[in-house]
Amino acid sequence: MADLPLYNAHADRSLWLFENPAWRSNAVEKLGLALVAVAIVASVVALASDLGRQSPVLFALLVFGGFGIGATVFALGGLSRPAGVRNEGTVFSSNQARGAVGWTVGVVLTGLYVVLYFWPGALSGLIPLGDPLSQFLRDQPATLENGGQWFLYSTFYTLAVAAMGVRAAVRYRHSRYHLIRTASVVFFQTVLAFALPYLLVRLQQPELYLHYTWPLDYDLFFPWKVEELRQSGRLGVAMLLWGGVLIALATPVLTYFFGKRWYCSWVCGCGGLAETAGDPYRHLSDPSLAAWKVERWMVHGVLAAIVAGTALLWVAAVADVGWLDGGAGTFSWLYGLLIGSVFAGVVGVGFYPIFGSRVWCRFGCPMAAILGLQQRFFSRFRITTNGGQCISCGNCTAYCEMGIDVRWYAQRGQNVVRASCVGCGICATVCPRGVLKLENGPRENRVGDRQLLTDLDVLPGALAE
Amino acid sequence: MHIVIVGNGIAGVTAARVVRKRRPDWRITLVSEEHPEHLARTAWMYVYMGHLTLEQTRPYAPDFWERNRIERLHDRAESLDADRQRLALRSGRTLTYGRLLVATGSVPAFYGWPGQDLAGVQGLYHLQDLERMERETAGIERAAVVGGGLIGVELAEMLRTRGVAVTYLVREGRYFAHAMPERESRLIEEEIRRHGVDLRLQTEPEAFLGSGRVEGVRTTAGDTIPAEWVGLGTGVRPNVGWLEGSGIETARGVLVDHHLRTSAANVWAAGDCAEHREPLPGRAPVEALWYTGRIQGATAGYALADEARPYVPGVFYNSAKFFDLEWQVVGSIAPESDPGRNEALAEDRTRTGARLVRLQGDAESGRLLGIHALGARLRHEVCAEWIVSRRSLDDCLRDLPRAGFDPEFSRAMPTPTLA
Ligand SMILES: Cc1cc2nc3c(=O)[nH]c(=O)nc-3n(C[C@H](O)[C@H](O)[C@H](O)COP(=O)(O)OP(=O)(O)OC[C@H]3O[C@@H](n4cnc5c(N)ncnc54)[C@H](O)[C@@H]3O)c2cc1C
Ligand code: SF4
Repeated sequence: MADLPLYNAHADRSLWLFENPAWRSNAVEKLGLALVAVAIVASVVALASDLGRQSPVLFALLVFGGFGIGATVFALGGLSRPAGVRNEGTVFSSNQARGAVGWTVGVVLTGLYVVLYFWPGALSGLIPLGDPLSQFLRDQPATLENGGQWFLYSTFYTLAVAAMGVRAAVRYRHSRYHLIRTASVVFFQTVLAFALPYLLVRLQQPELYLHYTWPLDYDLFFPWKVEELRQSGRLGVAMLLWGGVLIALATPVLTYFFGKRWYCSWVCGCGGLAETAGDPYRHLSDPSLAAWKVERWMVHGVLAAIVAGTALLWVAAVADVGWLDGGAGTFSWLYGLLIGSVFAGVVGVGFYPIFGSRVWCRFGCPMAAILGLQQRFFSRFRITTNGGQCISCGNCTAYCEMGIDVRWYAQRGQNVVRASCVGCGICATVCPRGVLKLENGPRENRVGDRQLLTDLDVLPGALAE
Repeated sequence: MHIVIVGNGIAGVTAARVVRKRRPDWRITLVSEEHPEHLARTAWMYVYMGHLTLEQTRPYAPDFWERNRIERLHDRAESLDADRQRLALRSGRTLTYGRLLVATGSVPAFYGWPGQDLAGVQGLYHLQDLERMERETAGIERAAVVGGGLIGVELAEMLRTRGVAVTYLVREGRYFAHAMPERESRLIEEEIRRHGVDLRLQTEPEAFLGSGRVEGVRTTAGDTIPAEWVGLGTGVRPNVGWLEGSGIETARGVLVDHHLRTSAANVWAAGDCAEHREPLPGRAPVEALWYTGRIQGATAGYALADEARPYVPGVFYNSAKFFDLEWQVVGSIAPESDPGRNEALAEDRTRTGARLVRLQGDAESGRLLGIHALGARLRHEVCAEWIVSRRSLDDCLRDLPRAGFDPEFSRAMPTPTLA
């Protein structure tokens, strides 16, 4: 029998995580949360004292082990609930519905990003915890001088994707699409974004991110970066070429066949975090028309800026004009600060519990903008609407992390073809009437021009019997 | 021309949309007492279970009405004077129409059980019912649900997510017996029980017990079941009481012809409240479905806009979800074995539950009549197209993968063979 209640809207509305009104944890979940609590306490102790530096191994185990194992145990606790769409209580949850817990998580995350980008010195108590792993992976200590805060950050990020990936897999275990997709993002994050680049550093090679390219990796084609890579030998040159192939060839071809999802919800690290750690917050994206308008201006604006900026940098490098150099320098500094740090990190992840899990992907990512244009105009991908089956319930729109008003299309019988759709497939999962299906079909009649609501003859047999 | 529509459900709103599209400059007024916005009552359960907020059940953004110049009155039509083409509203206003659409939907149907008026005994149809249920089920531990149809299961699921112990009474010997074959009933019963519901078949309430507030149900099996709340999912009936004395002919619902015209000049009816004088073959006289409400609404919209077309809804279809088990039907499936029909059936079980696919064809001509799926999704248009084009059952079986609509990487549908 099911492990019930799934939630109780009338339980006391205390903020005590173990008995949140929206959700009653079971014993396994409590154990997981207790381990996470240990990790939080250990982190605070390390931050505030010198103990982390004195016993890095012990603290690394407490912090990374606590977070990683705790979150995994917590995730496995979900197996006691029946497989299926389990969104019970989501809109009452203090964590998931912008309550006090959600705001606290948001403020803490945002604060951590601000410190990481702008005052990394404040993290000096934590940085040594990365030391044992850093020695093992990249044969280097982790210190502030060699960017130890970034190693620490990557470690946390990867742990979050992996452990919360287990949660996503448990939660969506009734769908093989989600199981495979989740395995894919966890693989790309743990192997290609974490283990491999650091092992290369150990081999005295440049850090290589096989699955990142310009414009997401925004300075990859900046003149000085190109120079640096060329200097660093064969692998550096190969990396440049690979980056070029990825954006110029692989991207349009794969997007033509599969839509932008091949990247955004299967490969990308930002997408990987959104699909795993961000999953509890996916429904907080604003589906209004106004938000869509802002989205189009912003995301294409960022794309235009990085294209123009990269061009400017090259002109400046080649022409060697003094004032142009100055402008180019300012551009690259400003872009790095505003887009690379503030937008992608502070806002993009810090605001998960407030604006949903895809703020960066939706409003800021230039790679998403390129893939989106390809998807909108040159792709076989669409979300097919199943004839007249929609009951306008709104689950699809509510749980779309990109804030697409899926119901608007579904209830009029039209297929969804939208630049922003990352193809996560959750709309199709939460739909209680089997209305939606992600498909890569022939391009003819991809959108479908049916108008279920105002035309009478769009369903087979209507007016024809 | 002033078009007045009473009822802002799927039928009324669809009609308003069609009129606006065909007649950009006509005046449209939508009168409804339930809520100023059009809301999807199909999503009530998700509001109760905390999947959705009430705002999220709104199929159109708040600025939709103004953009489409649809005037709204949050009011109740108390009576209709069809000769003078006037409605009397609860607020005291009268509203004169050029053409009127009655789209007032349904009300829950009860069957005169003793105690059915006790506090804590209710149906679920209007928003007010949902709000009442929210209030009355707060903190309760035991509830009973009555009625072996779609709303009954929804009520049971809603209560179970809050940990309420549910006894579910179904009159028939199996669940949804008039709509589906026995095997399907059994799989759904299994699903209902898997979620911890005490399902009692062949059991009806005899009386609801308690004084003032319900305390239990006495059943025809002679048991007394303690229940602090009782949900009645015993069907609906057309909401036409307010038309008494208007002179418009009604039976169970407002009687309409193929163009959804009522007996009064310039008055049409659509959706749950309409009753067809001559139902189309294989169709019920009163169709209480979201899907048919939409098609009837559009049909009425064309009539109101002076472009009358007959009501031809096409191949029947319906769908539902029983806890975690999805169901779809396209065409007709006989609930009892029928010598006039050939049949192909397949069933299997995956890690996450049972699946069933059933096709039925006409024994004489061999043509496909209907497709049923549990735990698997069907491609609506392909199935309907097969039925319309009179494809043979054999043919369809060979081509069956085309009729699947499951997500990518799902296991292939179980393949039925002719029995
Ligand atoms: C909980 C639930 C779940 C359902 N799920 C499904 C499903 O999954 N699939 C499906 O096909 N169908 C489903 N249905 C049935 C479907 O919702 C109805 O068939 C459909 O809503 C009927 O639409 P309508 O426009 O005819 O009437 P309604 O939606 O009832 O709209 C009529 C409106 O008119 C108002 N009104 C009535 N009288 C007056 C008056 N005198 N003056 C002013 N206003 C008035 C009413 O308050 C109401 O708002 C479900 C129904 C319920 C209750
Ligand atoms: S497509 Fe599905 S989830 Fe979306 S509104 Fe329609 S029935 Fe609901």
